[in-house]
Amino acid sequence: MTQETILIGLAGILAASAPIVFAVLGETLSERAGVINLSMNGTILLAAMGGFAVAYNTNNILLGFLTGMLIGALVALIVAFASITLNQSQVAVGFVLALTCRDLSYFLGSPYMGVPGPRLQAIPIPILSDIPILGVLFFRQDAITYISFIAIILAWVWVYRTRPGLMLQGIGEKPAAAYIRGANVNLMRYVYTVVGGALIGLAGPAFSLASRAGWMGTISGLDGFGWIALSITIFGGWNPIRGAFGAYLFGFLQWLGLVLQPVLTQVPSQVLQVAPFPLMILTLLLVNIGNAEWVERTLAAMPESTRKFFAKLLRAMRASPPAALGVPFERD
Amino acid sequence: MLKNRFGGLLFQLIALALSFGVVSLILISIGASPTQAFQNMFRGSFGEIRKFAEVLVAFVPLLLVTAGLLVTFSAGLWNIGVEGQIVLGAIATTWVYRYFLESDLPPALIITFAILGGMIGGALWAALTGILKVFGGVNEIFGGLGLNFVATALTIYLIFGPWKRPGVASMSGTVPFPDEFSLPLLADLRISPWALGIALVAILIVFFLLQGTYFGLKLKAVGKNFRAAYLLGIPTWQYLMYSFLIGGALAGLAGAMQVAAVYHRLIPSISSGYGYLGLMVAMLINYQAIWAIPVALFFAALNIGSIQLPIVMKLDSSLAGVLQGTLVLFVLLMEGARQKLMKREQTT
Repeated sequence: MTQETILIGLAGILAASAPIVFAVLGETLSERAGVINLSMNGTILLAAMGGFAVAYNTNNILLGFLTGMLIGALVALIVAFASITLNQSQVAVGFVLALTCRDLSYFLGSPYMGVPGPRLQAIPIPILSDIPILGVLFFRQDAITYISFIAIILAWVWVYRTRPGLMLQGIGEKPAAAYIRGANVNLMRYVYTVVGGALIGLAGPAFSLASRAGWMGTISGLDGFGWIALSITIFGGWNPIRGAFGAYLFGFLQWLGLVLQPVLTQVPSQVLQVAPFPLMILTLLLVNIGNAEWVERTLAAMPESTRKFFAKLLRAMRASPPAALGVPFERD
Repeated sequence: MLKNRFGGLLFQLIALALSFGVVSLILISIGASPTQAFQNMFRGSFGEIRKFAEVLVAFVPLLLVTAGLLVTFSAGLWNIGVEGQIVLGAIATTWVYRYFLESDLPPALIITFAILGGMIGGALWAALTGILKVFGGVNEIFGGLGLNFVATALTIYLIFGPWKRPGVASMSGTVPFPDEFSLPLLADLRISPWALGIALVAILIVFFLLQGTYFGLKLKAVGKNFRAAYLLGIPTWQYLMYSFLIGGALAGLAGAMQVAAVYHRLIPSISSGYGYLGLMVAMLINYQAIWAIPVALFFAALNIGSIQLPIVMKLDSSLAGVLQGTLVLFVLLMEGARQKLMKREQTT
């Protein structure tokens, strides 16, 4: 492989991962506020189908993307209403929506199966696209990929460098304390769930109007990405940049599967495509194992020097969820 | 009125009406007749004895999976990995059949071994999620989901790799087993009374396990309040593992039935989504074992009835999933509304 093909491959990974990046960022915001939006897998499919259908019928790609965001926001609104206002289990409502939206997308999408439709084109940015290496990687992408880069940075700045972001961390970690300091916890949870949902919805058309243009129903190969994005959110430790890194890592592994396929001819392609999943479980294990009780006991029994080393290692990998994730907040 | 059983039922009926209403609106919006669609679904599931037998074929794995999920839900676990547990049950059953392919043992014995093998396969796969949760701190939802994908990949690997048909491997699965390896079927129908009986016995056992035993009581204590159960001296992590093992064994049994009574081979989509559907059934019946039979039958009927839709009305059969999903969603929402109204009644 020449340097050129590798670079184009890597640039392709950045573009192909854009939908996952949006989904991870959306879920991160939602979970930061304390709401798990488990509907993601169905939301993405429904948004992909809806976005494609609208863009196809109006011949307006922008409208397609907006439709996807609207669908994501509406589904998230149901999750928020059911869990915050009606006190139902977030996991239950989210899971039901994940299945329902998936089936709805297959049901409503059947007239659009395999229909050629509009698709985003790459827009090289003048001057910047001529920078060696970086130009190919970052500045010869399509619009939605550029937006995904910007979204990562904005989300990170918002969470860690602004006052409302600080409040967001508060309502996910210690809602009671945030409430005393004047935050309307449940309203903010609504807002972040819906905004996060819109971002998750954006992942749909980012597939169906860009990296995997078109709608192919059950064989679109989109079923499952939502679940992956959910585990990447955890892998990312609810940090937008670490989450985006997880999304790119996943994209890289999938690309590696494709590249290795001609070499490993005995292994069926479907097997290589799921290779990232065991790795995901493994990373989840590494990220979470520091929270397990027996690990702490084992650590305590170790001699001082090794204990320090392992404790440091575990702390570096560890990610703890927002303390109030999934816990309803009541004022009294 | 809100508090008593009648009130709960009323809200559930409203939810049922709402879900049919929403699905009707969806159908009208794409220019299809709702009454015609529902009629076709009804005819496609209860219209003929042959079709009703198909409903029962779907009912068996759904009921088994639901039975297993009731156990894991009792322990407060979201066993999304149930799909993979069905798959591993099917794989293990196929493995046992292949092992005894040339043997002289009586077929009844081989079938028994194969089914037991399926239960063990499902239980071990579930135990993997359990170990990840108990010792690795990995939430069972994520561990289970990941393992579902791994299980599917394993099936495809086996079908296209070590267990491929002589000549060319294909998505149609492994070589079908000889007839004597099948659970006996009713004449001219695809339903095995044995499979039906096993599923009904399984749900009864689970019902008594949860309602009438000390074990069930402790399991529910773990599910309701993990910390309190621990402080009361219940070995919580053992109970979590027991519930994974039982739930996985029942899911594995469902996979075994798919191989031993329905497909007679391993196919790529052997679980047919019954695991996720079982989660919906369990939620709809609010985790009460007693309602599992009618609701699982209803869901199975929707699945089979919807097969008519593409043929007769050119509608996608995923309508069944939309109807099932909206139904569960509205039941959850109405339950939330009921609790909220009850609270308001109490305070005023």
